[in-house]
Amino acid sequence: MSRTLMSGNEAVARGAWEAGAAVGVGYPGTPSTEVLENLVRYEGVHCEWAPNEKVAAEVAAGVSMAGARVLVTMKHVGLNVAADPLFTQAYAGVGGGLVYLVADDPGMHSSQNEQDTRNYAAAAKVPLFEPSDSTEALAFVKRAFEVSERYNIPVIVRTTTRVSHSKSLVECGDREQRLLPAYQKDAARFVMIPANARNRRVSLAQRLEELSSCVESCDENRIELRDTSLGVITSGIVYQYVRQALPEASVLKLGMVFPFPEKLILDFSSKVDRVAVIEELDPYLRLRVSALGVGVIETGLPCIGEYTPGIIATAFGVPAPELREPIKDLPPRPPLMCPGCPHRGVFYALRKLKAIVTGDIGCYTLGALPPLQAMDSCICMGASIGMAHGMGLVGSTDRPVVAVIGDSTFAHSGLTGLLDMVYNGGAGTVMILDNRTTAMTGHQGNPVSGITLAGDPAPAVDLEALVRVIGVASVREVDPHDPAEVLAVLREETAADHLSVIVAKAPCALLVREKADPFAVDEDACIKCGRCISLGCPAISKDPETSRAVIDATLCVGCGQCVRVCRSDAIMPSGAACDIGGRWS
Amino acid sequence: MSDVTTVLLAGVGGQGTILAGDVLAKVAVAAGYDVKLSEVHGMAQRGGSVDTVVRFGTKVFSPVIDPGTADHLIAFELIEAARKLPFVKPAGRLVVNTRTIQPLPVLTGTLAPPVGVVAALDYEGAIFLDAEELACEAGSPHSANIVLMGAASVGLPFDAAAWREVIASRVPPKTVDANLQAFELGRRACEGGACTV
Ligand SMILES: Cc1ncc(C[n+]2csc(CCOP(=O)(O)OP(=O)(O)O)c2C)c(N)n1
Repeated sequence: MSRTLMSGNEAVARGAWEAGAAVGVGYPGTPSTEVLENLVRYEGVHCEWAPNEKVAAEVAAGVSMAGARVLVTMKHVGLNVAADPLFTQAYAGVGGGLVYLVADDPGMHSSQNEQDTRNYAAAAKVPLFEPSDSTEALAFVKRAFEVSERYNIPVIVRTTTRVSHSKSLVECGDREQRLLPAYQKDAARFVMIPANARNRRVSLAQRLEELSSCVESCDENRIELRDTSLGVITSGIVYQYVRQALPEASVLKLGMVFPFPEKLILDFSSKVDRVAVIEELDPYLRLRVSALGVGVIETGLPCIGEYTPGIIATAFGVPAPELREPIKDLPPRPPLMCPGCPHRGVFYALRKLKAIVTGDIGCYTLGALPPLQAMDSCICMGASIGMAHGMGLVGSTDRPVVAVIGDSTFAHSGLTGLLDMVYNGGAGTVMILDNRTTAMTGHQGNPVSGITLAGDPAPAVDLEALVRVIGVASVREVDPHDPAEVLAVLREETAADHLSVIVAKAPCALLVREKADPFAVDEDACIKCGRCISLGCPAISKDPETSRAVIDATLCVGCGQCVRVCRSDAIMPSGAACDIGGRWS
Repeated sequence: MSDVTTVLLAGVGGQGTILAGDVLAKVAVAAGYDVKLSEVHGMAQRGGSVDTVVRFGTKVFSPVIDPGTADHLIAFELIEAARKLPFVKPAGRLVVNTRTIQPLPVLTGTLAPPVGVVAALDYEGAIFLDAEELACEAGSPHSANIVLMGAASVGLPFDAAAWREVIASRVPPKTVDANLQAFELGRRACEGGACTV
């Protein structure tokens, strides 16, 4: 079999396919998203995006109860949403193998926190595997399905960004052919009324007991004895860093970290002079190793952020390599809204309105950054609406409060917040930024856009009809590329004493294939007012000498927002761009 | 372990570093090496600083690197070249696209544009080329990333034929010719060991 270069996410998908999974379901979230985007390309496995992780886990529960193998995918914070089904699924157990792929993001490359999913395994009492490269990602997913069925329990496979998004060589195998058993009702197991749940709680303890002996001898946990003066206990991607930074050290490499392999730890510790535990994020292993009475050396390594081989090497006194002198005073390059992004017009208007904006998560969160800076909060998906309602209850401000939420986020967990506002008589203003896609995570379909994971059309939710039918008093639609119109409608709705939803509808600029002709600034007409520049469009800059606005025709996609905010009609069509660069196409 | 070669590709989200890194990694696999590649997805892809790391050798452990460890920097943009400089070994090779994409704080006039970057990189021994211009010459303005891989290829231990094969299999069918030409132009621009600004 030839070796193929695969990312961890591609390998997870391959592993699920080889294990004979019948269904893959999840909700996008960096760094987990590409798992389902790859799995859907395989024959014989049905894949779909759910509106959120809880629903995904429940769909998976149904597939499992019906007897088939199923992979459910999400990022770390997604497991907060799906925690409810998971905790009780551990009691019930499974029919077909049920594997959760949960991707953590140490260093928060693309996340609002860096919670450590290993704690969830311990809290929910489900086994957790931790691969350190793509080969293990594939193998561990297959093993996870076996373990799930053999021990009758859902299993988590935890990756981190550097496993999900790094590529390494993998050997692929064939797909396991699986027969679907006839459905048999088993209410004592799946109906978790207290009487049944009490029995299943005891059963869960028994299953974990059996698993405890499995972790002591499984291939995923192995001792590598080299120089025995230092023994390192580690897991996941950090294993690779340790091997590079401390090539001579003996290592206990854990691939399955819950249940905790106590005997193996004691065995390893007895073979080495000093024991160090090296792990990213929470001291999950360290606390458990210490609890066994094993003396662990103090490494001084942090439990915040990502590691690198160099961070580990430095902690162990390995001299750092010689460095070039850094070039000073470089401007930072934060991410930004693309040229032509429809979100920009909305935040321009919100800034003008001097609104308090309870925000949410998506590309539009970039509206919190300079120069628009028109967002006051972003906590978790769906929070914008509940928070706007909460602020309204206190009434400590005269400024208008506006909740801003994307289409995918609204389908994920915004609707329940809106129901709350209707139910409890909230009179706030909610803006749904409907850019027809889940942009931030790479343009996945969702119930509002009406495109499935497989790329097929689905009924697209009529947002306006939906919010009207649940009782929202005023429902308006605006064109986000016209900031003046957005501002006017916002003024009316925030002044009114009723609950209103404003849907700003225009497709994500990256989805628009036919670019309109770019605009240009008429130098003589430009009065240097800076309005267009305050939009924060990367196609517009301020000429350092003249202070006039300049439009980069290679970047401009002709959305026209700047034309509409210009005070002196100085921005006009310029004809087709000279085609160079193509940075945004 | 010391036989591992590390290539750092740095640019701005949307410039095509991911595809370029993938091409390089596949060329290294075809040459029989163990290979690891690490790339950035998510938020930074929206116009932020991005990088891709490709490492190859007999056995590669970490896909992630530290300052002072890259043998090659292939910079798709001038400011990003300067930003990533400390990652390159003092004896490492620097291939730098002369194009600048100013960050938003500079465009809006909040921060001053950096000065003296070309001179500083020149002092550090950078090889410069205008990848966009060569890409246009090759017939596709979108092939600047492949021009840069052509320039990178001069310092890497792989046959031009192996590069061509991977490029042809990896870019959209309609653009194969332009991309192969882009590779050639990038390679030729650096074959003498230095390119002109
Ligand atoms: C619970 C949870 N799941 C997933 C994510 C990852 N995530 C962040 S924003 C987002 C979707 C954004 O889509 P949308 O609301 O349509 O906004 P857009 O990016 O299109 O502007 C996702 C999936 C998350 N942060 N939290």
